Amino acid sequence: MPEITLLEAIRQALFEEMERDPAVVAIGEDIGVYGGAFKVTEGLLAKYGPERVIDTPISETAIVGAACGMSYLGLRPVAEMQFIDFIACCFNQVTNFAAKSHYRWGAPVPMVLRGPSGGGVHGGPFHSASPEMLFVHTPGLKVVYPSTAYDAKGLLKSAIRDNNPVLFFEHKFLYRRIKEEVPADDFTVPIGKAAVRRAGRDLTIVSYAATAHTSLDAAAMLSNEGIEAEVIDLRTLMPLDRDTILASVKKTNKLLIAHEDTRTGGIAGEIAAIVCESAFEDLDGPIARVTAPDTPVPYAPPLEESYLPSVEKVAAAARELAKY
Amino acid sequence: MTTALTPEQHLELYYFMQLNRRLEDRMVRLFRQNKIVGGLYSSLGQEATSIGTAYALEPRDWMAPMIRNIGSLLVKGCKPRDIFTQHMARYTSPTQGKDGTSHFGDLKVRHIVSPISMLGDLIPVMTGVAMAGRYLGQKIVAMTWIGDGGSSTGAFHEGLNLAATQRAPFVLVLENNQWAYSTPVSRQVPVKNLADRALAYGISSRIVDGNDVIAVYQTAKQAVEECRAGRGPVLIEAKTMRMKGHAQHDPADYVPKAMFEYWKARDPIARYEAYLNEHNLWDAEKKSEIDARIERELDEDQKFAEESPMPPPELAAQGVYCDGCHTIEAEWHRPKKELLPPASSVEAIWKVPDFGGFKGAAPSAKQPPAPKAPTKPAAPSDIAEAPPLRVPFGRGPKDRSFEQEQREKPPARPHRHKRRRR
Repeated sequence: MPEITLLEAIRQALFEEMERDPAVVAIGEDIGVYGGAFKVTEGLLAKYGPERVIDTPISETAIVGAACGMSYLGLRPVAEMQFIDFIACCFNQVTNFAAKSHYRWGAPVPMVLRGPSGGGVHGGPFHSASPEMLFVHTPGLKVVYPSTAYDAKGLLKSAIRDNNPVLFFEHKFLYRRIKEEVPADDFTVPIGKAAVRRAGRDLTIVSYAATAHTSLDAAAMLSNEGIEAEVIDLRTLMPLDRDTILASVKKTNKLLIAHEDTRTGGIAGEIAAIVCESAFEDLDGPIARVTAPDTPVPYAPPLEESYLPSVEKVAAAARELAKY
Repeated sequence: MTTALTPEQHLELYYFMQLNRRLEDRMVRLFRQNKIVGGLYSSLGQEATSIGTAYALEPRDWMAPMIRNIGSLLVKGCKPRDIFTQHMARYTSPTQGKDGTSHFGDLKVRHIVSPISMLGDLIPVMTGVAMAGRYLGQKIVAMTWIGDGGSSTGAFHEGLNLAATQRAPFVLVLENNQWAYSTPVSRQVPVKNLADRALAYGISSRIVDGNDVIAVYQTAKQAVEECRAGRGPVLIEAKTMRMKGHAQHDPADYVPKAMFEYWKARDPIARYEAYLNEHNLWDAEKKSEIDARIERELDEDQKFAEESPMPPPELAAQGVYCDGCHTIEAEWHRPKKELLPPASSVEAIWKVPDFGGFKGAAPSAKQPPAPKAPTKPAAPSDIAEAPPLRVPFGRGPKDRSFEQEQREKPPARPHRHKRRRR
C-alpha cells in the first residue's frame, strides 16, 4: 500500500468520487487551472473538464448558494472555501439556507463544503481560524474533522455520499506533515464515529484534528512517567459520538478534553456537559480542558505558539488530573 | 417564438390574478380573526408581475418565489389550500407547520425552491439550479424574483455576477414595488432604472410596466426563451407598487397619499378587465363564471384549512437531517459518458483573448505587442501607467533577497505622464 499525505488522501477521494458518479462536481475559487490554493484539486480539471470543475469569482455566497441549487437537481457538489476563515462571508447561505432546507420543506442538500482550517502555519488572524463550532451549533449541518490520511479519504467519500450538507474541515498544518498507508481503492469511514487512537487506564483525552496528534504525543510522554492515557479522536463533531466518550470515561474515570478551538463555546464544554449528565458518578476528578484562549489567532510565531495547545500543555493538565 | 396568447390563455391570466387577489382578501379577514399565526404580507397591486412572469415558464422550468409572489405559486400549480394552510400553520400544509407563509417548495413535480427571509440568497441558488439543469441536459430555465430593497444585498451581486460569468439560463425579475419596508427606492439605489445594473454584469435587461400583465408575460417569455437558447441570464425590472404596508401590522403612513392614488388608477386587475372588454375576449357571463369558480375553490380550500389540525408537538424534533427519507437521483438528459474521461478531459490552461491592457496607451518599442482586441480603443486619458512591480517567480515580497534587492535599487526616476495625441 502506498504512503500518502492527508492532502493526497483528500485529492484521491475527490478523483475517485468524480469517477464513480458524474453527479459529483467541484466548485470554488482557483480550483481548476491553478488546482486550488493548497493544490488539493490539482489535476481534477484536466481529467473532468470545466463543466465539473468550476472556477468561480471571489464570491463565497455565490459558491455555496449555487451548490445548494445544484444539489436540488440531484447533483452532489463539493464546494471549496479557499481558507475556511472565508466561510464567514457566506454564513447566511450555510446556516439559514442550506442547514434549514430539509427541516423546513423537506429538501435535502447533499453538499460538501470543505476547506483548510486551523493554525500553526503563521497564517495570522484570517488564515488560521477554527470556526467549526459555529456550524456544530447549527442544526441541519454535519461537521467532520479528520486527523489522519486514511480517515480524510474515507470520511470525504462518506460526506459526498451523505444526503445532508457536510462541512469537511481539513487541518492545513497536517496537510503535508502526516503520511500513512492508505488503500488505493474504495472505502469509507462512517460519519459520527470516533476512534480510540490509544488505549489507557488512567485518564481519557478527547481531541480531534491536529490536537489529536498533540494528545497522542502527550500520551507517549506520560506513558514514560507511568500514566496511561486513553486518546479518543472525535473525527466527527456533529453528530457527536457520545457512546465512545462515555464508555472511555466509565473505564478511566477521568476526562481531559483538548482542542485548538477557543475555550468558550468550544466542544469541550459540550462534552463536559454530556459526561456530567450521563456519567457523573463515574468521575473521579474534575473535567479538565486544554484549549486556545478566547482570542483571535495571532500572527507572530511566539504568540501563535502560546495560543495553540501543545504537548507540554496537554501533558501538564493530564498530570494534574491523574493526581486525583 | 411567439408571445401571442390564445383567448383561453387570456382568461386564464384573469383567473390567476383574481384568484390571487381574492385569496389574499380572505387571508386579511382570517388575519383579523386571529387565524393567521404569523405575519401577512400583501401582494395587492403586484399580481400582474407575479402572474405574468411565472406564466412564461414551462412545467419543467424552476422557480423560487419571494414572499409576495403568491400569484407565481398559483400559476406553477400550487393550490389556495397550500397558501391557507401555510399561513395557518396547519399539519396539512406543505411544510406540516414547520414554516409559514409562502415558504415552501416542491422539488419533484412543480420545481419550486422555497424562499427564505434573507433576501438575495435565492439568486445564487437559482443560478446553481440553472447550471445544474444545463449540466444534466434538461434545457430548463430558472427564475427568481427580487425586490428593489433586496437588490442592495451582497448575495444579489454575487449571484448575478456568477450567473453572468456562467451564462446561466436564469431570469431575475426585479420587482420594483417602490418601497423596501418604509424606505423609498430613491434612498436605496442612486440609479434611475434598476435594470441599468445589468450593464455592469454584462447581461441583457428589460424594463416593463409591472401592472400590465400582457406586457409582463411577453417580456418574461422573451427572456425565458433567450435563456433557453443559451443567451442568458436576463434581468427584468418590473415597475409596480406595493399597495399595502410591509405586512399587516404596518399602515404605511410613510407613503404619500397621492402615490397610492396614482397607482390605484393603474390597478393591474381593473386594467386587465378593461383590456379584455376592449378586445372582446369575454363577456359579463364569462366573467361571472370565472369569479364564481374562484369563490367556489376558495370556499372549499379555506374550509379545508380551517378544519385541518395543528401539527403534533413531537414533530418539532423530527426531520432536521435526511436519514435516507429521500432518494437523491439526478435526471440525466444527456449521456453520462460525456462527463467522464476521456470525453471530459481538457488541457488545463486559460485561454486569455486579450491581455487586458489600457487601450489608450501606445506601446513602447520594447514592449511585446498585445493581441488585437475586437473592442474599440478607449478614449485618451491622463491616467498614468502603473510602475512595474517585479515579483520574481517563486519569490514573493516576503523573500529576504527580494527585500534586499528592493533596498539596493537606485530610486526610480519620476514617472512621466504619457499623453496620446490624436
